[in-house]
Amino acid sequence: MHAGDAPPATAALDPLTAALRSSLPADSVITDPVRLRTYECDGLTYHRATPGVVVLPETAEQVARVVRLCNEFAVPFVARGSGTGLSGGALPREDGVLIVTSKMRRVLEIDLPNHRAVVEPGVTNLAITEAVREQGYYYAPDPSSQQICSIGGNVAENSGGAHCLKYGFTVNHVEACEIVTPDGDLVTLDRMDPGYDLLGAFVGSEGTLGIATRITVRLSRAPESVTTVLAAFESIEQGGTAVSAIIAAGIVPAAIEMMDALSIEAAEAAVACSYPEGAGAVLIVELDGPAAEVARQFDRLKEICSGAFELRVAADPAERAAIWKGRKSAFAAVGRISPAYIVQDGVVPRTALPEVLAAIDRLSAEHRIRVANVFHAGDGNLHPLVLFDDGEPGAGERAEVVSGAILDLCVEHGGSITGEHGVGVDKVRYMPRMFSEADLDTMQLVRCAFDPRGLSNPGKVFPTPRLCGEVPGVRKGAHPLVESGKAEQF
Amino acid sequence: MSQLKSRESLDKTGVTIRDADEGDAVAGVVPRWVTLPETVEEISAVLRVCAEQDLALAPVGGGTKLHWGRPPERCDVLLDLCCLNEILEHASGDLVVRAQAGVTMDALTAALAAEGQELALDAAPGATVGGTLATATAGPRSFRYGTPRDLLIGITVVLADGTIARSGGKVVKNVAGYDLGKLFTGSYGTLGVIAEATFRLHPLPADRRWLVTRVAPERVRELAVALAASQAEPSAVEIDRPDPGGPVTVAALVEGSAADLRALALREVAGGEVAPGPPPWWGLLPDDEPPHGTGPAGETPDAARPAGEVLVEVRFPPNALNGVLDAARDAGFRLRGSPVSGRLHLAPVGEVTEEALAAAVAGLRERVAVVTVPASPYERVERWGPVGALPLMRRVKERFDPGRRMSPGRFVGGI
Ligand SMILES: Cc1cc2nc3c(=O)[nH]c(=O)nc-3n(C[C@H](O)[C@H](O)[C@H](O)COP(=O)(O)OP(=O)(O)OC[C@H]3O[C@@H](n4cnc5c(N)ncnc54)[C@H](O)[C@@H]3O)c2cc1C
Ligand SMILES: Cc1cc2nc3c(=O)[nH]c(=O)nc-3n(C[C@H](O)[C@H](O)[C@H](O)COP(=O)(O)OP(=O)(O)OC[C@H]3O[C@@H](n4cnc5c(N)ncnc54)[C@H](O)[C@@H]3O)c2cc1C
Repeated sequence: MHAGDAPPATAALDPLTAALRSSLPADSVITDPVRLRTYECDGLTYHRATPGVVVLPETAEQVARVVRLCNEFAVPFVARGSGTGLSGGALPREDGVLIVTSKMRRVLEIDLPNHRAVVEPGVTNLAITEAVREQGYYYAPDPSSQQICSIGGNVAENSGGAHCLKYGFTVNHVEACEIVTPDGDLVTLDRMDPGYDLLGAFVGSEGTLGIATRITVRLSRAPESVTTVLAAFESIEQGGTAVSAIIAAGIVPAAIEMMDALSIEAAEAAVACSYPEGAGAVLIVELDGPAAEVARQFDRLKEICSGAFELRVAADPAERAAIWKGRKSAFAAVGRISPAYIVQDGVVPRTALPEVLAAIDRLSAEHRIRVANVFHAGDGNLHPLVLFDDGEPGAGERAEVVSGAILDLCVEHGGSITGEHGVGVDKVRYMPRMFSEADLDTMQLVRCAFDPRGLSNPGKVFPTPRLCGEVPGVRKGAHPLVESGKAEQF
Repeated sequence: MSQLKSRESLDKTGVTIRDADEGDAVAGVVPRWVTLPETVEEISAVLRVCAEQDLALAPVGGGTKLHWGRPPERCDVLLDLCCLNEILEHASGDLVVRAQAGVTMDALTAALAAEGQELALDAAPGATVGGTLATATAGPRSFRYGTPRDLLIGITVVLADGTIARSGGKVVKNVAGYDLGKLFTGSYGTLGVIAEATFRLHPLPADRRWLVTRVAPERVRELAVALAASQAEPSAVEIDRPDPGGPVTVAALVEGSAADLRALALREVAGGEVAPGPPPWWGLLPDDEPPHGTGPAGETPDAARPAGEVLVEVRFPPNALNGVLDAARDAGFRLRGSPVSGRLHLAPVGEVTEEALAAAVAGLRERVAVVTVPASPYERVERWGPVGALPLMRRVKERFDPGRRMSPGRFVGGI
């Protein structure tokens, strides 16, 4: 908890709970402590809080009703999809309501001629693709968690995936969202509508600008041809050189993923992916598109990867899955080689990769903390897995230091503190390293326009305490909170 | 008297300033002064003075579409961004470019092409980076690459009180904080001034081919749906109907390796001819004159003509195309644009009276999802139509510009 969060007001929950019970189906309001505890964290398990109340609405109207009641009783609320988030975005509040979308799982409409699907927020990412795969379509953003994570969560996090190098992120594939605003109104934000691009601002807002209750996504036509290549290199540097050469050759593959020796070792132990033995790095490159184009790019790719000591090409979907297996299991796999680990997510300009990886090596040696590197090499998105033994005194702290220092490296090189996992609660304190006070205050203007009372997922994303009421309109002179000494966390 | 004081304060910023004349009018409203800042800090200095003296302003880039939108409620200062014309950084290995708002899209295109790269937007000739973003111009290739907001990865803006704020950055993948770039893209200068922008780039395609075919209007929808679904992956599909009751020309662009083979695959679907260059009307608004001859692939036409007096834009789900074609024919409008992105521009043939335009727009609104009138000399024609999220937009405007100084009244709902 940090400054600015409302003081716990659990007492306010009793009348609210009664009101929730009288306006929602009986099994949609959870207060049983044992059941409440199943929602105490998301994928970032070291932040935990038992929610005051959990509601499981079935319709957008019910979500709106819950939010209006929260407003009436001035109680904060947090949205939750599948709880796979890795930054604590869905961390509940003891003094608040957790609104879980798991009962909103209907695919409402599939409209292939218009390349659209309309779904409820609890629908899983993969379910959309499964609904249209046979007709030759798919939903492009593919986070590794796609079997479980919800589209509502994807919208909130602007999730990416291995294939976003070519196809972009959630925000590039969402055409419209019906949202419940933080004051409980149902509003549709549509890319087609004239006016400000509020849809663009909403996607990636981590549940702080309201709750998505109905999402229209764009469907993509399946590519005619897909070629997946696994290239094994002796060293990470050689792999990195190949990545630069691919980009310089004017090829935009669907994906370029890289794993270092330690993460290969882990994947091997966990899923026996049988990547080439002795590799210092493997590169997974996937080319897709019209067959004639893919064929030409593949010829070029083979030349570029001539430094690889082994090149495997998937001949069919089964072989493709085998190549991807090691990469997709990498996060969980490090559990096999380390009792505890931190999944980090940072971004650097692609050309800075070699320098940053070398610096990570130095950090690792200096603090005696192993770091396994798995990354979306094509767009410079690093996922260092910082390994430690939670039984060893001080190891956790050292791992924290390394993990934080990696983010500093990203910022120093003109990158970002998060490429896809979001800020949540986890990276709130890093925001001022990337953005100035003026930048954060400006973002806060958006927040205040949507959520003047600060009830929608408060305490996430921004280090700034709530200021909508205190500063009507534009600041003059020094920031009032700085003056009053309340904002030392800037 | 206060005018004198305002001028004095503006002069004190050290920013170049001159008296405005008729030629500087913003949709008919003549400002008092034109300021020509050369840096982001100078923009901020001008905006601080405007805040102190309650002066309203409008930013201008290339000035090609300054007359679009409603006239501003008031306008004291025209903020001309022409001097912020530097390409600050082209990191070709990262496929990223950072440019000041006054850089023309033509200059940017030329600089990037020298390194074999491009910003995959089809900008209007003479338009600037800032103007392209502020109007969210979407050209033919938005079907494959998205609109400006999809290629923008970082932005620097100056707010009404002079605050300089940034969001995003210079990496393509980045979810830290709110995306102010999206908010400012398409805001028509009503939230603040766009000072710098960073874009993701693409390699210049190895090759380009156009498939051009002429069909009866009834066939267009089916053809467009088939082309959009083709695994030959066209970058754009456009239509042109110069005669409101006549046939429709359909043109599809394929880019990249094996463009020749892929264009042939499209011909299997649609018939027609494969050409190495675009049809003369490609990428132009329906009221623009086609340039002389056909330039080589990828070149923007050099002879830009100002857009006409009246321009209507319709947005619709691609499957609703027939309703649009019928409504445009009934109104006597020619049209051009993308049946697959669901965005067409309509312009009347010859003069149109206020009543006739109002009737035509009303007729379109009955049949088409979204109808806007970016350019029109008539006050009584509702430009934007109903916007569901307008109350939220007003709240955003109130937070960013509580003094209503930034192009007040120009945009949806008189924002
Ligand atoms: C093994 C593993 C692999 C992963 N791989 C990837 C990856 O490749 N790429 C990637 O981007 N992420 C990845 N993630 C992170 C995570 O899966 C994504 O962030 C996902 O989008 C979260 O979805 P969720 O439904 O689980 O959301 P939750 O964790 O429930 O919530 C996430 C955030 O969204 C908000 N939220 C949820 N639903 C709504 C709604 N309807 N309206 C408004 N806000 C809402 C919550 O308040 C919270 O802030 C991975 C996670 C795991 C565990
Ligand atoms: C095929 C085609 C399609 C087009 N479609 C559209 C369309 O759908 N919608 C559309 O609006 N235009 C459209 N246009 C026109 C195009 O958007 C404009 O010609 C161009 O983008 C404007 O650039 P400019 O630099 O001339 O801006 P200007 O004409 O100088 O300004 C245009 C607007 O942007 C604001 N502005 C300019 N610079 C800034 C800045 N730095 N910060 C903040 N605000 C600024 C101005 O105040 C003004 O409101 C289209 C053009 C073509 C050729």
